[in-house]
Order: sequence, then structure tokens, then C-alpha cells
Amino acid sequence: MSDTPRAMRQPFGLKLGSAAFLAFWCLLASFPIFWIAVMSFKAPVDAFAANPLDVILGPATRASGDGLSILDIGLGVVVLFFTVKLAVGWLPRKVQDWAPGGQVWAGWIIGAVGYALAFVLIFFGLLPLVLGPLNAMLGPLGEPVLGLTTRHYEAVWVENEFYQNFLNSMLVTGGVVAISLTVGTLAGYGLARSGSNIAFWILIVALIFRALPHSVLVAGYLPFFVNSAEILSPWLGDTAPTLYGQPLAVIAVLVSINQPFTIWMLRSFFQNIPNELDEAARVDGCTHFQAFRWVIMPVMWPGVITTGLFSFLLAYNDFLVTSLLLDATNQTMVPAIAGYFNRETTTTDQVEAVAAAVSITAPLFLLVMIFQRQIVSGLTAGAVKG
Amino acid sequence: MTMKFRTFIWFVGPSIFLMFLFIAAPLVSVFLGSFQITQPVVETVDIETCSAGFLAQTCTTETRTVPVLDEAGNTVTTTQWVGFLSYSRVLEPERAWAAISSFNYNALMQIDFWAALRFTLMFTLVTLPLVLGVGLAIALAVNNAAQSIKGPIIFISLLPFIITPVIGALSIRWLFIGDGILTRGLEAWLDRDLALFAQAWTIELMMLFYRVWHVAPFAFVIFYAGLQTVNKDTLESAIIDGATRWDRLRYVVIPHLMPLIVFVALIHLMDSYRVFEEIVGFTAQAHVISLQWLTYDFLAPDDAGNRAFSRASASAMLTMIGIVVLLIPLLRRTWRDHKGSSH
Repeated sequence: MSDTPRAMRQPFGLKLGSAAFLAFWCLLASFPIFWIAVMSFKAPVDAFAANPLDVILGPATRASGDGLSILDIGLGVVVLFFTVKLAVGWLPRKVQDWAPGGQVWAGWIIGAVGYALAFVLIFFGLLPLVLGPLNAMLGPLGEPVLGLTTRHYEAVWVENEFYQNFLNSMLVTGGVVAISLTVGTLAGYGLARSGSNIAFWILIVALIFRALPHSVLVAGYLPFFVNSAEILSPWLGDTAPTLYGQPLAVIAVLVSINQPFTIWMLRSFFQNIPNELDEAARVDGCTHFQAFRWVIMPVMWPGVITTGLFSFLLAYNDFLVTSLLLDATNQTMVPAIAGYFNRETTTTDQVEAVAAAVSITAPLFLLVMIFQRQIVSGLTAGAVKG
Repeated sequence: MTMKFRTFIWFVGPSIFLMFLFIAAPLVSVFLGSFQITQPVVETVDIETCSAGFLAQTCTTETRTVPVLDEAGNTVTTTQWVGFLSYSRVLEPERAWAAISSFNYNALMQIDFWAALRFTLMFTLVTLPLVLGVGLAIALAVNNAAQSIKGPIIFISLLPFIITPVIGALSIRWLFIGDGILTRGLEAWLDRDLALFAQAWTIELMMLFYRVWHVAPFAFVIFYAGLQTVNKDTLESAIIDGATRWDRLRYVVIPHLMPLIVFVALIHLMDSYRVFEEIVGFTAQAHVISLQWLTYDFLAPDDAGNRAFSRASASAMLTMIGIVVLLIPLLRRTWRDHKGSSH
């Protein structure tokens, strides 16, 4: 601080005000999410208790025999702390070290999935095994102090078969990310390296497409998708599929809806890669495709990972398209939750809906934790270039 | 050494093909569909039903309309050109005009489309300055904070942005629902009963709050990045010239951020115009609806399993006209910049 000019130094009042504002914002940003996470682990009486302390401590939940002792909480916090610490520092380094040059993305996927599996095994498998006997030995220290139950999660995931919605979500999301990136990377590169007027017009039209409400597009698909077997039968005969309710059709739709944003974003990334790099390759006799494959692809991963994150968010968070184009048998998670809060007649149903909501949020939470840097740099790069 | 046109087409071809097939073509089909109505073909048949009676049967003949079926047993449908019929069913011009000419605001708001238009425009225009303002305030405050806490603050700030919109709206709803914790708190504080989901204006307030909460982090991250590149020399010479903190913000920082402010405003305009998830998350359709929700509602099957495709197409076209009108000033600006840069 000593080398800041005197006039740049801030009066105490301003500093205090700015810090207070930040604290308030952080509370505001995290409170709703924190609160539904707390609610989802409580018996309905506790979850909707009038006293906030009752919601947090869960006396009714504890009375029914579900709870954590001080020892449980202590060990749990330690494990969680190291999980976060390793995910932020150790995991990215290992991925960078171990993944071969061009396949950093594959490294990330394998790394993230492996890490998540290891966490689940240790946290939900190993920890209870160790803690059960330990609590019994400790006596009063091992008595539960914090009411906590996973009953609602069991109801959602096992009884209501939410895992099927989860698998559908993964199928749709994975498909959208993979195809979006493949198609978008090629287009983004082409647009970045072509100075022609057509490229400009394509981008402007894409901008207008970006602005279209999705319901406008779905209004175009739905009549066709519902009757597609009939409409396509002159060409495809009896094999003509009914596109309504097909995850593949939804993937194609979401990829297309996402294209305008993807090509804008990837184009700005490719513009940041110096033109001299591929020109040098071209002078050495490469075609554009070879230059792209051997010179650009190895250095484009940061941009691709960021754009992939946004494709992931679009597909994963989508409600409108998936709820209209998929039927009940292959519904994804987000529209499926509408079924919960439409029938939430009892408080137990409500808390189950909360547990389903938290289940949907948890993967996103992990995603930000791992990719915070990429999200920020990606938003920045996209914005600075316009 | 720019790319040859043929190579260019090979690169962008797949993307253009997808956008053509799944964006441009559906637009055309929605446009055409908004002037058509597809209905089942019906015929009137006389059905004589007789019941056994003493001496003579009692027979009654009644005329019924029944759908015509083809050999496979499916309903036969016809598609007719109906001009602006679907549009007038959505817009209800006579009712709307009667309401306007008698200055009856409530009567106008009885018509779904006009109520949706009012809410959508209000929502877009009210959240825009709030998102920009809150985003900028957070960016300035974070820029001011100690280096060590910036990372965690950015992490927490990103949470409202990445959360699934329907879930985000639900999480706010559960705080304010009848026995939610914040409603209980407000009730204790104000010493009266509250029902925040019983009237339109409280729901609208919660929706506005939710949207600002959800998008302000996006504005924050972008403005924060912009703040890192403010020219230190300009700031210092402003200080030497005796500019106050407020002057520096107004004449140095804000102009520097201007392109980013325009960018965030553009994205926010597009996104808030298609407000939809809030209606679902707050189950607000009985009180408040938006334009995109109107189309969604026409598309979703009703109790009899029918979908109102024609009215959905008409309301979709009207929604689209709205966003194009909102974007025209920005598009003209981009066009002028492009022409300016190519000469």
C-alpha cells in the first residue's frame, strides 16, 4: 500500500462502506442456495420451522434419531476442506501434467469424474463406516447434536427414480457439448480468419438468432416433431421416426440454438491466437485444415473449455425446450422437478422437491469450483472482443 | 493471406447448416403457420337411438358432429389459410380497443397478450439499469478488496449466475412461501400476516429481485475485467488536475467501461425479454405471465391433449417482432461501425 499515491488512498469511511457492501452481497448471493441445502436435510417440521435456529439445528430431525455428533461434523469438515483444496490446486496441476498435449479436455473429464467418484466413496462410504464405532466408543461426545437426515434424497433418487432423469440430463448435456464444440470450433476458426463481408453478415444474423426467444423456435419444431413419422414417411418409409420425445432431436435443437453464442465466443478466442502462427504453417505447405489440426488445435483448449462450460450450462439448465420436446419417459432433471412442485401437497413433498433442487444444483456447484478461473477468463475474453 | 471462399465454406458449413435447419427454417414455418389453422374434419351425422319399449320402440334421432376418421382410424385434418385470424385471436383487437378507448386499464390487462406484453417490457426495462448498477457496484467493491479474499468472493458471486434459473427462482420462492423463513421473519417484524404469492405486485417484485440477483454477477465479472485495464496514467493525471473520486469514476472509469456496458446491456436485453423460468419457478401464471410463457402455454397440451399451434405461431411471431424492434438501434450502430471500419 505504501507505494500508492496519497490521493489514491481511500478514506476509512469508503473502505468500510465498500467492505460492508461486499459482505452484504456475499450473504445475498449465497443465502438462498445455502438455505435450500440446509432445508433438504431436515424433517419437514424443521425445514419449515419459524425459528431459523431450529431449521439449522433440526431438533425434530434429531429426535427421530437422525443426527451428527461433534466428531462427525469435525471429520466431515476436514474431509470437505481437503476436497475443495485439492480440487482447486492439486487436480488442475495433475490434469495438466498427465494429459497428453491435445487431449487436455479428456484429461479434465476423466479427472473430474474420478475425483467425484473418490469423494463420494470416501465421504459416504468410508466415513460412516469409521464413524459408527467411533461415536459409540466416545459416549457423550458421540451423541448427535445436529439433526440431519438423507431420507428425502433417498426418496427422490431411489423411490422416484430421479437417477433416470439424471442419466437423461447427462445424455442430452454431453451430446450438446460435444457436437456444439466440434461444429462451433470449425466455424469460429473460419470466421476469425476470413475478413470477408459474408463473415460479418453471418455474425450479424447469428446475433439476431441469439436474441430469438426459444419458444418461437419450439413453435416451429413442435408440429413437425409430433407428426414427423407421417411427414417423413414418403422418403424414409416405415422407418420414419417420431422426433417428439427423442433425446437426439433435442440435442440437435439445443446445439443449433447454442450455435450463435458458440461461434461468437470461439471466434473471439481464435482472433486472440496470432495469425502468424497458421500463416507460418501455410508457408511450410500446410492446407488450412492441416494448419488448423496441427497448429491451432494444440493451443485452442482454454477457449474450447470455456465455451464448453457455457454449452453445458445452456443444455443442463434448459427447461423450455426439454419440457416441450421430451415426453415423460425420457425427461431430463429440470423439467422433471416441475412434477414435484406441482403436486407439493404435503410438507414432505415440498422438502422432497427441495432435495431434488439441491441435487440439480450440486454438479453446478462443483463445476464452478473447478472451473472458476476459466469461467471468468472466458466471460472476459468474450466481452472484451465483443 | 485470407482464407479462400471455398475453404471458408467448409469450415463454417456445418454450423450454418444447423442454424439454417433449426433456426431459419422453423422461423419460416412459424411465419406460415401463423396464417393457417389445422383442424380435424368433422361431419354431422344423424344418429337414431332406440330403446326397447312396450308395444313400440321409443326412438330418438339426434344430430352430432363427429370427427372423420381415415382407414387407419386416425382423425383426418385439413389445413386452411385463415389470414390474420390467429393474430386477432391472440391480440383480441376489438376488446383491446374498447378497453383503450374507454381508458379501462384493467379491462386491457384481462387480455392475456397485453398483460404479458406489459409485464415483459416492464421487466426488461426495470431490471436493465438495476443489473448494470449492481454489477458495477460489486465490481468496484471487489476491485477495492484485499487480494486474498478476491477469489472466494468471485466464487460466491458466480453461484447465482450459474444456478439453473428454474431452481434459482424456486430457492427464492421457498424463502418467501407461506411458511418460508423470510416470510415468517417479515411477519414477526411487521406484526401482520403476509401472503406474498396471493397478488401480482409482490410476485413481480420477487421476480425482479430474482433476475437482478441472477444476472448481476455476470455484469460484475465483465466490469471487473474491464476495471483491470483502466489506464493508471490517466487516473493519476486526473488526480493531479484535482478530480475527486466521483469525477474520476464518471469521466475516466465509466467511459473506459462503456463498450462493456453496451455489451452487457445488449445481452441482458435479449435475455430478460425472454423471461420465462421465473413464471415457472414462482408458479405465477395465475397472476403474471410473460410473452414467452404465453407461447409456451399455447404449445403445451391442454386437458384434452390438444396444442394450439396456430395461436402459438401467431404469438411467437408477435414476440419476435418485439425483440427485433428493441434491437434495431443496436443493430444500426453495429452496421455504422462496420461501414466505418471497412473504409
